[in-house]
Amino acid sequence: MELLSGGEMLVRALHESGVEYIYGYPGGSLLHVYDAVYKQSAVKHVLVRHEQAAAHMADGYARATGKPGVVMVTSGPGATNTITGIATAFTDSIPMVVISGQVMSHLVGDDAFQETDMLGVSRPVVKHSFSVRDPRDIPELVAKAFYIASTGRPGPVVIDVPKDMTMPNERFEYVYPKKVKLRSYTPPQRGHAGQIKKAVDLLLNARKPVIYAGGGVIIDGSSDKLRALVDRLDFPCTNTLMGLGCYPATGDRFLGMLGMHGTYEANMAMHNADVVFAVGARFDDRVTNATSKFCPDAKIIHIDIDPSSISKTIQADVPIVGPVGSVLDEMMALLDEADSEPDSDAIASWWQQINEWRQRHAMRYEKNDSGLMKPQEVIEALWEATNGDAYVTSDVGQHQMFAAQYYKFDKPNRWINSGGLGTMGFGFPAAMGIKLNFPDHEVVCVTGEGSIQMNIQEMSTCLQYGIPVKILCLNNGSLGMVRQWQDMNYEGRHSHSYMESLPDFVKLAESYGHVGIQVKSRDELPQALDDAMNKYKNRLVFLDVAVDPEEHVYPMQVPTGSMRDMWLSKTERT
Amino acid sequence: MEKHIISILLENEPGALSRVVGLFAQRGYNIETLTVAPTEDETLSRLTMTTTGDDRKIEQITKQLNKLIEVVKLVDLSEGEHIERELMLIKVKAVGAQRAEIKRTADIFRGQIVDVTASVYTIQLTGATDKLEAFIQAIGEGAVLETVRTGVSGIARGEKILSL
Ligand SMILES: Cc1ncc(C[n+]2csc(CCOP(=O)(O)OP(=O)(O)O)c2C)c(N)n1
Ligand SMILES: [Mg+2]
Repeated sequence: MELLSGGEMLVRALHESGVEYIYGYPGGSLLHVYDAVYKQSAVKHVLVRHEQAAAHMADGYARATGKPGVVMVTSGPGATNTITGIATAFTDSIPMVVISGQVMSHLVGDDAFQETDMLGVSRPVVKHSFSVRDPRDIPELVAKAFYIASTGRPGPVVIDVPKDMTMPNERFEYVYPKKVKLRSYTPPQRGHAGQIKKAVDLLLNARKPVIYAGGGVIIDGSSDKLRALVDRLDFPCTNTLMGLGCYPATGDRFLGMLGMHGTYEANMAMHNADVVFAVGARFDDRVTNATSKFCPDAKIIHIDIDPSSISKTIQADVPIVGPVGSVLDEMMALLDEADSEPDSDAIASWWQQINEWRQRHAMRYEKNDSGLMKPQEVIEALWEATNGDAYVTSDVGQHQMFAAQYYKFDKPNRWINSGGLGTMGFGFPAAMGIKLNFPDHEVVCVTGEGSIQMNIQEMSTCLQYGIPVKILCLNNGSLGMVRQWQDMNYEGRHSHSYMESLPDFVKLAESYGHVGIQVKSRDELPQALDDAMNKYKNRLVFLDVAVDPEEHVYPMQVPTGSMRDMWLSKTERT
Repeated sequence: MEKHIISILLENEPGALSRVVGLFAQRGYNIETLTVAPTEDETLSRLTMTTTGDDRKIEQITKQLNKLIEVVKLVDLSEGEHIERELMLIKVKAVGAQRAEIKRTADIFRGQIVDVTASVYTIQLTGATDKLEAFIQAIGEGAVLETVRTGVSGIARGEKILSL
């Protein structure tokens, strides 16, 4: 029988839960735990420079691997600094376990130094949370936290640990539970057979179907199954911002992204569809536009593991609650048994219609003959320089949409962005979390000069741990997405969307011990990208690329319209 | 907009109630009444809440509540035959001829006068919400000095049981 202190138990239990890295920042309430971290080597700790970044690092890791990322922070400000990161993970259903220190139990409630009610503050943005009330419970709570975080619809779980639960001189028997079971938590294991049958019948009789697949497919690790189903049916497939990569972007049946900045053909196909098959997507307002005008002729089939996502904004005709993969398996089996096939003439003419929409080339953009590059061409160059195979994280803004539209993701888990919360400052630490765990892969953070400054201090962390991510900053000298809305809706009054006093990013990168390269024109770009990926393979490279501040992201849905109501350029509307 | 009585078996743990209440605040749902108390199983509390909304809203509310890890079981009692009770303690002005009148009204509503002073009756009344409201109407709002109500508790009729 092994006796361990609470702090030691915590670290051991994390190890037994499969943790290799903790992202964190120490402080008073956690010093016993940090001492336990010091005394072992199985779990490695990465010291960030701001706790928000620790959460995003853990999140990036989780998005790339599907496993929970782990954050460890002290009480009070350490804990509250993680809130944006926790909320970011929560909104996109990302598994995460956050260990927050707390003041001694007997001080809780007394407004003690660095006391905040972390459970209260985080409550609306966690899947669940625990407070440790007896050190002996620590292994079980850790195991439960991992189980809850990573099953069903994943999400962040906070464990609040009062300092007296971790005393080095108080030792207890350590038992890590072999199995976790919670009587009040049973994630669905499969969909309802009758509903699945109905869905298959509807698909077999569809004449203008669209498969609308989202992040749930990636989270469930079911991209191959989705692809097989799409190809088996020969139906068009569109992806949400969160779903990019779950169906290969270079595939013929791919319509591109849908929604606010979706492609013309994806949004047109949705609007005109007779059957919309939503797989692991949640009819977010950035997808549907006005819900009252959404897909007027479509019957809706909706698979989601979270029953509350179904019929929340759009009523489903065939709701299926269950894990995407298992439902798709059952659908495939039914399709194979079925004695009919979709009407091939109808599907062919549907494809013909879609191809006509594609002919419109709404994703076309005009390059400038001289002067600044367009952001789109920079993303296209990045795609080429990385053979379309990099992990690409992004921040939030125009650059994010350009990356989503122009970097053609053929694999799942490669496109890492804060889709639901839209957190500027996410991209760089997320990239760090990925690079640390995939050192042989190219990891690029596509960012803007606004967003990168929200967590730029992490360049210091990258030096300490040797994390050679590439930062591709599309520098338009403004908060571009804000500016675009101001151009479109506020007669061009650029209220506080101009980033005055930008730092010299090259010098800044250098002062942090990294490589900075400025790119001002098209002819410098290929070399700069090549240097970043090859010459400076093992260095962090900050590419500060000047792009045209006047550019807008198109297509863009017209507010309060239907899916097909779009601006296609500054002057052209559907 | 119908009234619904949602009955929940909740893990008897600190913080569980705040999650339920927080959910309502966070998602803009309306709580009209809320009662919580331990059950015969000490690991569980029984919570009854009344809320209003169209079918879609109520469906979301029950789904969101079910997602809370500490919610063990949930039923919308208004979907079936059920018994609904609320207890009210009410202080009313009772002077002169009013005293007899109020006493009679209390009797009709099967209320009990549980405390008396020269000018005030304190009456205890149990029933469904509309009965308590009818009582207040009957004695006239002007006579009411103070009310305190427990909020609705409910249970299904017949052999249906909400348990693990
Ligand atoms: C933390 C945070 N604050 C504010 C916003 C609102 N916002 C969305 S996009 C954007 C501009 C981003 O500017 P930049 O990073 O330079 O990207 P660009 O749009 O110029 O490509 C802002 C301020 C946000 N998404 N996140
Ligand atoms: Mg910018």
